[in-house]
Amino acid sequence: MTGPRKNSLMRRVKGFMLRRGPYMIACEDFEAFIIDYLEGGLSDRQRFIFELHIKICRECRDYLAAYQRARELGKATVLEESEAPEDLIQAILKARET
Amino acid sequence: MSGPADDEELIEGLRLGSPVHFERLVRDNAGWMLGVARRLLRDEALAEDALQDAFAKVFQSVAGFRGEARLKTWLYRIAVNAALMKLRARTRRQEQPIDDFLPEFDQNGCRIEAPWSHLATPEEVLESESQRAFVRAKIDELPDNYRTVLLLRDIEELEMTEIADLLELSPGATKVRLHRARSALKHLLEPALRSETL
Repeated sequence: MTGPRKNSLMRRVKGFMLRRGPYMIACEDFEAFIIDYLEGGLSDRQRFIFELHIKICRECRDYLAAYQRARELGKATVLEESEAPEDLIQAILKARET
Repeated sequence: MSGPADDEELIEGLRLGSPVHFERLVRDNAGWMLGVARRLLRDEALAEDALQDAFAKVFQSVAGFRGEARLKTWLYRIAVNAALMKLRARTRRQEQPIDDFLPEFDQNGCRIEAPWSHLATPEEVLESESQRAFVRAKIDELPDNYRTVLLLRDIEELEMTEIADLLELSPGATKVRLHRARSALKHLLEPALRSETL
């Protein structure tokens, strides 16, 4: 990874602040809230805490943006026009007659 | 797409056993229903089998169709069910782990995520055929049990409760699986989103 080392002083301070500060949650706890945030399942208080974490934490902000962009990319790639071959349509119609 | 009035006339014809109406039903819907099966099964022969099974089910049960749901919604459920039956028959193997694709945290509980200087849009990524192929291949790398829940929610846009029913999972387990699938997808598509591929 680029940026601060995994256990640098900066990250230790950040971890401490996120665990102890009012209305703060650690990134690991933020992770557990993502699905409910996107599915609209958080209470107002939980949403406030979640959105505060996004403002404070660059890593989670970047992560969430990429997570949502990956969903959009997946959808844009997978959803393509699909046509059934004529012989398959004929087989389906024939199966009904028998 | 047909509207409710067209649906009514078509359903009445189907109930009366009209071959013309059956043919119209098949011709109007086989394409997108096959698309659903292809996405879930990633196997042309199995998808075509699933489509035939789906229409067999439609023919059997149209008399009991009460019109509470739109015709397309009803057909959609039948197509998804037929594809899932094929998928279950094919993958009676152990569920594959996706732990390597999940996010990482340090010992302070802080996320480990390299900075993003650029986050590509789908339009940027899908400009080239090679990138498109890369993304398709990465989606296919997801284990079936995760890919299925991802497709049903994010592509097919089914409700969570319906997905839980279809996959015979609790609502909580469905949510966890969906989140893990999305996290894994983000990890797999990262080179494309960072514009690092090709």
